[in-house]
Amino acid sequence: MSITAKADPAIPAGSAGPLSKRRPFGDRGFQILALSAGLLVLVILVLIAVSMTQQSTTWFSTEGWSGVFSTDWDPAHNKFGAVPFIYGTLITAAIAIVIAYPVSVGIALLLTEVVPRRFARPIVYVIDLLAVVPSVVWGLWGILVLAPWLQTIYQDIASGLTGVPVLSTFFGGQGVSGASFFTAGLILAVMITPIVTSLSREVIATVPVIDREGAYALGATRWEMIQGAVWPHSQAGIVGAVLLGLGRAMGETIAAALVIGSSPTITTHLFSTGYSMPAVIANQFGEATVGVFRAALIGMGVLLFILTIIINLSARAIVGRSVRRARGA
Amino acid sequence: MEQQEQQEQKVTAKLQVPETTATPAVAPATAGSEVFETKNVSIYYGSFRAVTDVSLAIYENQITAFIGPSGCGKTTVLRTLNRMNDLIPSARVEGDVHYRGASLYSKSVSPTAVRRRIGMVFQKPNPFPKSIYENVAYGPRINGIRGKSRLDEIVERSLRQAALWDEVKDRMGKSGLGLSGGQAQRLCIARTLAVEPDVVLMDEPCSALDPIATGRIEDLMQEIKSRYTIVIVTHNMQQATRVSDRTAFFSVLRDERPGASDTRTGVLVEYGATQQIFEDPHDSRTQAYVTGRMG
Amino acid sequence: MMAVASEQPASGVDLREPGGWRRTKNQIATVGMWIAFAVMLVPLGFVLVTVIAKGASAISWQFLTNSTIPVNVLPVTYGGVGPAVIGTLEITGFAALIAIPLGVLGGVYINEYGGNHVLARVINFMADVMTGVPSIIMGLFIFTIWVLHFGYSGLAGSFALACLMLPIVIRSTYEMLRLVPDSLREASYALGATKARVTVTVVLPAAIGGIVSGALLAVARAAGETAPLIFTIFVTQTLNSNLFSGANTALSTLIFQNATQPYTGAQDRAWGSALTLIAIAFILMIAARLVTARFSRYSQ
Repeated sequence: MSITAKADPAIPAGSAGPLSKRRPFGDRGFQILALSAGLLVLVILVLIAVSMTQQSTTWFSTEGWSGVFSTDWDPAHNKFGAVPFIYGTLITAAIAIVIAYPVSVGIALLLTEVVPRRFARPIVYVIDLLAVVPSVVWGLWGILVLAPWLQTIYQDIASGLTGVPVLSTFFGGQGVSGASFFTAGLILAVMITPIVTSLSREVIATVPVIDREGAYALGATRWEMIQGAVWPHSQAGIVGAVLLGLGRAMGETIAAALVIGSSPTITTHLFSTGYSMPAVIANQFGEATVGVFRAALIGMGVLLFILTIIINLSARAIVGRSVRRARGA
Repeated sequence: MEQQEQQEQKVTAKLQVPETTATPAVAPATAGSEVFETKNVSIYYGSFRAVTDVSLAIYENQITAFIGPSGCGKTTVLRTLNRMNDLIPSARVEGDVHYRGASLYSKSVSPTAVRRRIGMVFQKPNPFPKSIYENVAYGPRINGIRGKSRLDEIVERSLRQAALWDEVKDRMGKSGLGLSGGQAQRLCIARTLAVEPDVVLMDEPCSALDPIATGRIEDLMQEIKSRYTIVIVTHNMQQATRVSDRTAFFSVLRDERPGASDTRTGVLVEYGATQQIFEDPHDSRTQAYVTGRMG
Repeated sequence: MMAVASEQPASGVDLREPGGWRRTKNQIATVGMWIAFAVMLVPLGFVLVTVIAKGASAISWQFLTNSTIPVNVLPVTYGGVGPAVIGTLEITGFAALIAIPLGVLGGVYINEYGGNHVLARVINFMADVMTGVPSIIMGLFIFTIWVLHFGYSGLAGSFALACLMLPIVIRSTYEMLRLVPDSLREASYALGATKARVTVTVVLPAAIGGIVSGALLAVARAAGETAPLIFTIFVTQTLNSNLFSGANTALSTLIFQNATQPYTGAQDRAWGSALTLIAIAFILMIAARLVTARFSRYSQ
């Protein structure tokens, strides 16, 4: 340390207060704290899998695999087949995706290609507003307002379609109800639109400007440019975004629980009442006090967990790869 | 001999533990004593040798300039002096680096303690997104200095030393990000001076600034020279002649095999008094560079 | 691009807009995109209008604060949903208290300490995946791990909501920290700060706007959740301001219960609660926007 001509020797460099002795330890301590917080994620995920599987073993042991995957659900007679609910989960999610996919991609394209920067903000705000409505409010509105209104519409459609070959299998049928697979799918579609839209935007934004300009320079219209330049680049990523939406739709519980009709049915008639995994868990858990009933519900929770993890893993991997390829390449 | 050992031990001791010791009872150093000495220092990034075999000494209260073409390791060597290369995981230093007699890279030395004594000003001004006051007070604060009046005093003194006080004294609460390039760099200098370092390293401090701001910082360097030892990396040869006492010229290591292009490894070509380097360079490469034929 | 009118310039070059099918396709596509937007607007508008119309008539000071939730038969003018309001605030608040510091620390680990280590990348990826785990799973999880041993309580509900919020806060903190330029960290190191100091005194303050905003959005999400709560708080109708013991209630669970009731009173209470919930979520969202606008220095 230089001694000569220092301005103020009372403050030698590196002088420190009483904390100094602890400083190296504090530095390590903070790192350990941060690491622990990060590890918590892994711990929780593992615990979820382990503890819930544990609680559901009686379901598998009593029913056996054939019982678990049977179509017979009758708690009063100790029948706990899960297939109606798996079916319902898949069907409603499929309906949700079929509706949400074109809508979300359309809005994403609207925001990235059509609308000038200034006006994009309000549209994004509206989408955020859509996302902020809680699931239970969608369910409330769904069962008290939408379902009754749709009931009459469904009836008209169903009766109008009697005898028509393909369509009546889906949209015909006798037991038409406002609370049905289709209504649930509809509401799920609305609920997953925000996230599919925002992820699609992210993917589309990585399309290089050069490619866009190249298409325009060849005299393409905007739609042709989208087909030629945007679509090839973002196709994979959008698949990932849609998968993510699928995962959300499958797990969305409360809205589905309220409007799906709560009756375990396997049918192609989309206007019929039905049931799904999260819905039955939410609705019946209160009554399933002990035994195999509860184990069955928790077991379906495990199924749901595994399904959504797999779908999310794939979705994130696909989106991540497509974004990285476009940016980093 | 024993005195030197004592001095060495005391400095090593200070470098190990980042805490205050009693008033340093080190033998007073005379102007012209060695602050840094490097012996056969090579710096690697992974297996890539960035700089090879650098041996030089930096003297107290002088301004030493590192000059040379791009990519010849000047900044790498500079950052070795305050252990900033530690932040790069693959970086490795071989050879000896001594600071006031103590080995800078020995296992018991704490990098944070090193950096409190050897400060650095960067190429692009990087004030914190805090107020001007807080920018300057940051260093003293993390060194444990509380007490508003103490801090006020340090802040004012540092800003005066950095020739910025008059311009900002009425807006100390405003964000440091709102300053012009030259002002921001002087703020960064004030921030560095606030911890009362022994040495100030400057990595092309003026390259992002206009000529007038550059001139002010060069004047600043001359003013604070009597209190600090300064090492500056610069691309600007005129700057080196204007401000520095000694100059080290770096270049890339030539590959002597026929037809081979130069390697990317930096090497110290020549080191001496600035006047000698520019008016009477001993090495032909130095001569080519300073007369403008190369780099 | 302006279409030149039907006059042809004398040189015979045709610079008009491509006509016919190409132009029509383009227009259809554009209209299609706007329709997509409208399609999304319809349910949004519908739901907001309904909730506001039906909820506004139910809401009053008494509604929000009265501590007796009446039986379902009674109309909305009796009693109120005070316990549910307090429940939502307490349970969500405590969940935030747990999840936000842990989430910020987790994000700090990934960005500041993790570097390229496999562990950090795994944690980052799994946190991302965890944001997609259905909230009902969190409820079931806390049920099996806590409620089976310690019984129902608002605390259990907070744990479930915290599990939901944690990965969201981790991810948003990570994204914000990524945006802080390295030169700030370097300057802080060069002044002799330890890594913890650099992070706490320079990096976090620089990113604080985005971090707070992300946290507020996570809270908004948690406040509206129902599924994590129905397995953990065992909904009651009476006020229980003790978070740590005994069953509790919340606005979301109340709505869930009342939605299937045939009585107008119960349904009105549900609408009123729905409006309250949306208002809370909306306020938090606006707050998040404001924080971003005023305090975010480094944004994408």
